[in-house]
Parts: sequence; C-alpha cells; structure tokens
Amino acid sequence: MSRPIRDLIAVLVLAAVAVVLFFLFPTNLALLTRIVAVMLLVLSLDLVTGFAGVATLGHAALFGAGAYAAGIAAAKFGITDPLLMLAIGAVAGSVAGALSSLVILRGHGLSQLVLSIAVVQLAHEAANKLSAWTGGSDGLSGIAPSALLGMFRFDLFGRTAFIMAVVMLLLVFVILRVVVRSPFGMLCRGIKQDPTRVRAMGAPVYSTLVKMYAIAGAVAGLGGALSAIATKVVGLDSLSFNLSAEALVMLVLGGTGKLFGAMLGALVFVWFEDRISAINPFHWLTVVGVLLVAVVLFAPNGLTGAAEAIWKRLRRARS
Amino acid sequence: MQTVLSIAADSLAYGMVLFIISIGLSVTMGLMKVVNLAHGAFAMIGGYIACYATQQLGLPFGVGIVAAVVGTVLIGIPLERFLYRRIYGAPELTQVLMTIGITFIIIGIANFALGPTLKTIPLPSQLQGPVDLGFRSIAAHKLFAVAVGLVVAAALWFIVERTPFGVRLRASVDDAAMAGALGVRTKMVYAVSFALAIGLAALGGVVGAQLLPIEPYYALHYMVTFLVVVSVGGAGSITGALIAALLLGAVQTTGRYIMPEYGEFFFYLAVIEVVAVFPHGLMGRSK
Repeated sequence: MSRPIRDLIAVLVLAAVAVVLFFLFPTNLALLTRIVAVMLLVLSLDLVTGFAGVATLGHAALFGAGAYAAGIAAAKFGITDPLLMLAIGAVAGSVAGALSSLVILRGHGLSQLVLSIAVVQLAHEAANKLSAWTGGSDGLSGIAPSALLGMFRFDLFGRTAFIMAVVMLLLVFVILRVVVRSPFGMLCRGIKQDPTRVRAMGAPVYSTLVKMYAIAGAVAGLGGALSAIATKVVGLDSLSFNLSAEALVMLVLGGTGKLFGAMLGALVFVWFEDRISAINPFHWLTVVGVLLVAVVLFAPNGLTGAAEAIWKRLRRARS
Repeated sequence: MQTVLSIAADSLAYGMVLFIISIGLSVTMGLMKVVNLAHGAFAMIGGYIACYATQQLGLPFGVGIVAAVVGTVLIGIPLERFLYRRIYGAPELTQVLMTIGITFIIIGIANFALGPTLKTIPLPSQLQGPVDLGFRSIAAHKLFAVAVGLVVAAALWFIVERTPFGVRLRASVDDAAMAGALGVRTKMVYAVSFALAIGLAALGGVVGAQLLPIEPYYALHYMVTFLVVVSVGGAGSITGALIAALLLGAVQTTGRYIMPEYGEFFFYLAVIEVVAVFPHGLMGRSK
C-alpha cells in the first residue's frame, strides 16, 4: 500500500474510534475531550523525546503556556473566538518551546533532566506569583468561549468541544506524519541515534532541535488551549512537574517514537486514572508504579511495541 | 543582624541535611550512572522506621537511627539485586521510568500501611532546646545535623581516598571493564556502594526529620531537590555535593525568610543559571 492510502486508513480508523466513543459514552465527553488534550501533550513530548531523543521531565511547561495564553486572552482581553484562542495557544506554546529549549539543550543526561525540571518549576512559581494575570492557586476563571464558527455553541454535555477536539487531533496527526517523515524528521532521528556523527556530516544539531522544540511546543500549546476552552478554567496543575512526569509515563506506556503509541498511552492512562482514582488516589499511584516497572522490564517498547511483536509472531506462525 | 544570623544558622543546618541525603545519590549517579529518583523514598523509609522504633517500641533515639539505616539497607538490597541491576548502563529515560515507578509504589504502600499523616521522631532531651554559642543560641538538633554532616563528609572522604575499598570503587568508576579484568568484583562494589548510598539516605531522613517532615509524599516533594543538589555539585564529587547543598540550602532558606511570596522561584532560577553555565556541575568531570 502506498503511503497516502495508509495515512487515509489511519485517519479513518481514528475517526471511527472517536465516533464509537462519542455514542458509547455520551455522558463522559468531558473526560474524552480531556484525553484528546492530553494526547496532544504526549504527541508533543514524543516529538522531542521519542523522535529527537531529548530527555525531559518538564514538558507541561509548554502545555501550560498554551493553556494560560488562551485563557488570559479570553478572560482579560475578550478574545473569545475558540479558533483564535487555539491559535494563540499554539503560538504561545511554540514560543515557550523554542525559549525553554535554549536552556534545556545546554545539558546532557542528568543535567538535561534537571534543567527541564527547573524550567517547569520556574514557570509554575511565576504563574503562582503573577496571580493578577493567572488567578494564582485559585486558577484562572472567567473564560467564556463564544460559539464555534459563530454557529455551534459549547453545550453542557461537551459535544461541540469533543467534536472540535477530534477534528483538531486528526489534523495534527496528519501534519505530524508529514513532519516525522520529512528530511527534517529524519535528521531529528539521526540526532537521537548519534549527535556527534550528525554534526560530523555537517548538519546543525542545536538549531535543528530548537526547531523541533518549536513545533512540539505548538502541538502542546494547542492541547493546553483546548483544555482551557473545554473546561473554562486553567489551574496551576497544567504547569506542574506531576503532569510532566505523567506525560512521560503515558508516552512510554504507549511506545516512544510512534505517533499511535503516544495517543494510545494517553487514552489508556487517563481512562484508568479516572476510574481507579475515583476509588482511592493512592491505589492509583501504586498501580502506575507497578505498571512502570513492568513496562521497563517486560515491554520496553510499550503497548504498541508489544502488539507489533505479537502481530509479527502470528504472521510468522501462519506462513 | 539577628535575622542574618538566623538565616545563616538555618541555612547551614538545612544544607547539611541536604548534603547527607544527596551524597548517597551522588555516589549512585557518579559510580553506577543510575539516575535514581527513588533515593528520596529510601530517606523516607528510614524516617518511618526510626519513627516506629522510637514511638511504637520506645527505643532510644540512637538505636532508632541505627535501626533506620540497617532496616533501609535490608529493604534496599533485594531491590538492587532484582530491579536496579537490570538498569545499569541503560538509557536515562529507562532509569527515570523504573525509579519513578519504584517511588510511586513506595508512596502508595507507605500511605496504605501508615496513613497520610505527618510522622514525628521524638528527640532525646539532649537535642531538645537551644544551645548557647556565646553570641547566639541555636536549636540543638540543628547543631546535631551539622555535626553529622561533617562526620559523613569526613568518613566518606576517608573511605574513598584511603581504604582498599575506595581504590576498587574509584577503579570501577573510571573503567568498570578494566577493573573487572584486574580482579575487582565490580558487582560486589556496586552492591556495597548502593547499600552505602541508601544507608546515608536513611540517616539523612532521620536526622533531617525536623526540617523535612516525614509523610508519604516526602519521596516526591524532595526528589527534585536532591536531584538538583547532585546535578549542581557534579555527580560523584563529595566536595561538589557539599558546596552545592550549602549553596542551594542558603538560597532556599534566604528566599523563605525574605521573599516567601515568591516561593521557590529564585531557587530554580539559580539552578538554571548554575547548570546552564556548568553542565557537568560545579566539581563534576566532563566525560
């Protein structure tokens, strides 16, 4: 099968899954919309960690930048058009990504992790201090997005928000498929495998990674803006170390370096989190811990990697 | 003047506690190249054991400390054997995930078994109340923390620089394969260093319990702080960790006294500046 056809099938499958979920769980659309927002964050993390090999524990900084930018635009400047808010979120995330990468890329290994943590914590403290703009620890409220395209109001059940979220996710998915296959995407993979060699070939390492960070920032910012529109509040937790660590867990659970892996990881993680933490949040923590250890020991390529391995074995057994 | 002295005394005590706990992490990271995010969890386990020993069993404080160190090491050894040994030499991402997973499990179990409340470790009468230093009085337990920190630093320096074990340890750090070929049992060296590291974490957890209170989320709250100390100091360097712990302790304490409304803002700003300028830490060696 040629690539465009395979991509078309992938998009159709995603759309079909979304339609099934829409009719299967009509009362859980708010949760499903949140899952899409988190998927965008994890996709963004996959771009820098899975494709470009930058280890980061501070990726929520970009998600939070998008969420706060869209939220502040709506609550303080009266920009309530949802598409415009999404665009503002994407731009803010992209700028935050490019700026933070200038710092994060200075480190390697441990120092890179520590720098990324310091960036998200710094953003968190700044948002807490600037409470006149961000609402501080109470969260930013007063976000009232107007009707989508002037026609579809954001209803109580979250139908409009969910449909908008899914359409946006499909668009982002197609664009990212193109990006990761482009020469630029291949260069990023090369940097992940051996930065010294890429530099020796004459390709710029630092500026390529900054560009990748800017793209990833736009995706994460879009996710943040989406969550601001759908929930109508922005809390400090959207800018937290915890969310960053969780995003990494989701990515590894699904499988790094694969767009489907990022989305599957977010879906499984947030869904189960919602179910289990309703019973007891500490049980959830234990479950995630056991899951992480198990994934590292037994399925280092995540759920999608394990599925691929089983699929291959089945095919071999048949032939 | 009074405030300056208070800040200095608190910074010193807090920095020393940070040092006692972080130096173990620095050893694991410098020697075994393992980003052990569960290090704080071991300090927390030490605190819980000491609390149990002193409050439930009524043992004296000194025995509580020993019990905490021994108990934590006994819990840690099987973890080293079955989980950590598999991630030696693995990419950072794998190590981060595995050790965050271990941290989550320990937090979940601690909360389930012991409840979410703060635990206190009663101090013996000698460590309660202030000690008069002539120009100023200072809480006795803080002086105790400083003394323990100094003893730990001196003892570690002696072990690493002056004993046969230290020679093997340094050889394994420099070139594990070569050291192994020359007859050093590197697996044994790793296991002993790991035990030493988490024993120190447990010690720091008990000694610092007045400043870093013991509760289930301890492991997550201070994880970043310990990691930052090691990264700023340079992995594997005793002097580096000492300088970094005192420096960051001072920044954090001063920030809390003078500008509490900014929270940790200046702490992380300082971290970014230091690490961006010295990516290998203040005293770290470049690879």
